[in-house]
Amino acid sequence: MNLETPLWGLPLPEIWFTAVFFVLAMFLFLDGFDFGVGAIYATRKNEEEKETLLAAIGPFWDGNEVWLVVFGGSLFAVFPGAYAGILSRNYLLVFGVLAALILRGLAPEFREQRSDPVWRNLWDKVFVTGSAGTPFLLGAFLANWVLPQPDFLAGTLTGLTLLLLTVVEGAAFLTIKTRDDLQREMLGYMRRAAPAYAAVFLVLIIYLSLTTDAGVVGVGGLAATGTILLLSLTVYAAAGRPHPYAAFVSSAAMTFTFVGVFAYLMYPHIDPAAGLLVRDAAVSTLPLNLMTIASAFLLPVVLLYFAVLYSVFSGPAGQGY
Amino acid sequence: MEATTLFLDPTLASRIQFALTAIVHIIFPVISMGLAPFLVYFTWKEIRTDQGIYVQLRKFWLKIFAVTFVVGTVTGLVLEFEFGTNFAAFSTASGEILGGPLAVEGMMAFFLEATFLGIFVFGRERVSDAVYFLSAVLVALGSWLSAVWILIANSWMQNPRGYEIVTRNGADVVQLVDPVAAYWNPRFHWMFVHMQNSAVLSVSLLMLGISAYHVRKGDAGEFWRKSFKIALVVLAVTAPFQALHGDAYARHIYETQPQKFAAMEAVWETDTYVPEYIVAFPTDLNDLLDPRAKQIFGFGIPGGASWLAGYDPQTTIKGLNEFEGSPPVAIVFWSFRLMVAMGFWFIVLGFWGLYRWWTGELFRDRLYHQSLMLSGAMGILAVELGWIVTEVGRQPWTITGVMKTADAVTPSLSSGEATLTLLGFVLAYTAILAVYLYVVRRIVAAGPPDVESKEGEGS
Repeated sequence: MNLETPLWGLPLPEIWFTAVFFVLAMFLFLDGFDFGVGAIYATRKNEEEKETLLAAIGPFWDGNEVWLVVFGGSLFAVFPGAYAGILSRNYLLVFGVLAALILRGLAPEFREQRSDPVWRNLWDKVFVTGSAGTPFLLGAFLANWVLPQPDFLAGTLTGLTLLLLTVVEGAAFLTIKTRDDLQREMLGYMRRAAPAYAAVFLVLIIYLSLTTDAGVVGVGGLAATGTILLLSLTVYAAAGRPHPYAAFVSSAAMTFTFVGVFAYLMYPHIDPAAGLLVRDAAVSTLPLNLMTIASAFLLPVVLLYFAVLYSVFSGPAGQGY
Repeated sequence: MEATTLFLDPTLASRIQFALTAIVHIIFPVISMGLAPFLVYFTWKEIRTDQGIYVQLRKFWLKIFAVTFVVGTVTGLVLEFEFGTNFAAFSTASGEILGGPLAVEGMMAFFLEATFLGIFVFGRERVSDAVYFLSAVLVALGSWLSAVWILIANSWMQNPRGYEIVTRNGADVVQLVDPVAAYWNPRFHWMFVHMQNSAVLSVSLLMLGISAYHVRKGDAGEFWRKSFKIALVVLAVTAPFQALHGDAYARHIYETQPQKFAAMEAVWETDTYVPEYIVAFPTDLNDLLDPRAKQIFGFGIPGGASWLAGYDPQTTIKGLNEFEGSPPVAIVFWSFRLMVAMGFWFIVLGFWGLYRWWTGELFRDRLYHQSLMLSGAMGILAVELGWIVTEVGRQPWTITGVMKTADAVTPSLSSGEATLTLLGFVLAYTAILAVYLYVVRRIVAAGPPDVESKEGEGS
């Protein structure tokens, strides 16, 4: 095999641009529902319900978070200049996201070590702060990434959109993982969060189209917006029926469309603020080929791990685990 | 720069912050990588023998493993992003070679470890024995594979090969030319064996310290005696091996990073028949950073350092004066000595225990138990010192001979931002470490779980 020319003549930088956002979307969907569960956790008063929520994400969240590690790793490996530029320009925001992730990860683990209410209350607060803070700050980071200049309002709106999206995901996940009254409450959250998400997203899109020339009003932008609204409607309808799995799948599609909008707005740049194009930011052909081969082998295996994990812990939580 | 400022220089702040992140983070992977093979063994015995003691052993140490893994994940996540935030120039220049191993580490190792840990921790009742045992093996494999990829990246920074420097988007960056040379680095094998053996060794000391504590307290049922004996066997094997392997590793350092070797031995002038100083004191405090400058007192083995470098007292050691820039010699010199001294102490502990076992006094020698309790965390301390020798010893370079640490830092980083996050790190990591120790202490104090009760398998 000749590794000095692109594999099968493929446009590897563009493929990797897509792959990086695919991995980001996987993270925002899978760990997204963990964040959503964490945000919904704030509404739970009784210990049994709290434990059900924690048990629901217990076996999953750690694996879900690895998608973020792979997102960072692949951005570093394929677009090192963009990785360095985006992270260093959003210095405090990135550390904010990391701090929130630390709080979210530690809280459930430490919480279960003691049963007194003071200890548990403390870690409950930490858990909610970390869970809600991560998507909000990540949203602000995404806005700063896609826009040529940081814009506080766009950042806040994107943060809010992402937070609401994770609530939709979390509620959809919990309708699968709970029963009876708790499940009915979760369906209610889903039914309220989906239109709220659609509304904030619409405001964000209108704001972006008025303040930037980022191509929001183009065909792709309109199509994506339409898709998101349609999916929100699907979730809303699925919550009424109820069809938990349909809602869950719709929330996944919402996440991928949401991330797709950002990738679409950015392209052909990968770091618009620095004027860095996907083509120019990519590493040379040899490492691109190696990364492509390695990922082509590893990614299916990784998806298999997730299939095994999710099938072992299928159905309502709190009974067997 | 202003004469007086509350803020640290961004380069200094970034270096302290990265060092702090790495120093705190490494504790957790050392424990999880070292504990993983023990857990595989306990799970195997639990399934094969169906004895309650192995269920207890697996459950107890798995509890510690689970907490350690989570703390390791969250503290390590930061490292991956700190390359970009604080060392943007380094990331831009080296991403083509170093990004790959980090991305593959995530895909090949972390996914494996994190997904199967879910089954290992929560799934005992949900999967068959075979799948459960497989999960234990895959968790262990995942944790060891992560060391493979991170050390492949690190060994390239110590001993860069298979690259050339090109200009891209106006910056000098490394371009991958020969992947086999770059990633199948001779340094990697030395680092990997040294690191993994030290992780197992550290955990055996931890287990011995904890077991000795319970034995001394007098509540030593079969559980602690079993933990004690298993850990002792592992210590008696890993400790001597670490010394033998480390001795050969030092020779590899001499060949590939002569500047680091000179710093380890504090050799300033090129010479043959260089003594191996055990201790050396300078004449005045201004020379503290230079242990062998105008020493008033030094005690060394004649020709020892030369012997270490080439099995021959006549081996020439190139002095620090011949290199451009120099690492902080005292840190490297003393960290190396302290690490080696601890290594020998671990061998003593191993043979002492075997001897007491042979005389039938393993659980009666109180001095031995006391020594083990004091040495419980010492393995991890030795790992830290070893990493300090490795990372401080390669200064002023971040990539040996290619990029200096001073040129690696994000150029646009302000002192205010850098100082702020450093402060945040000091507070947050101290708090994390304190809570972790508190939680582990509680688990240890509570002792092994009751095997009769079937609950408590998950949360």
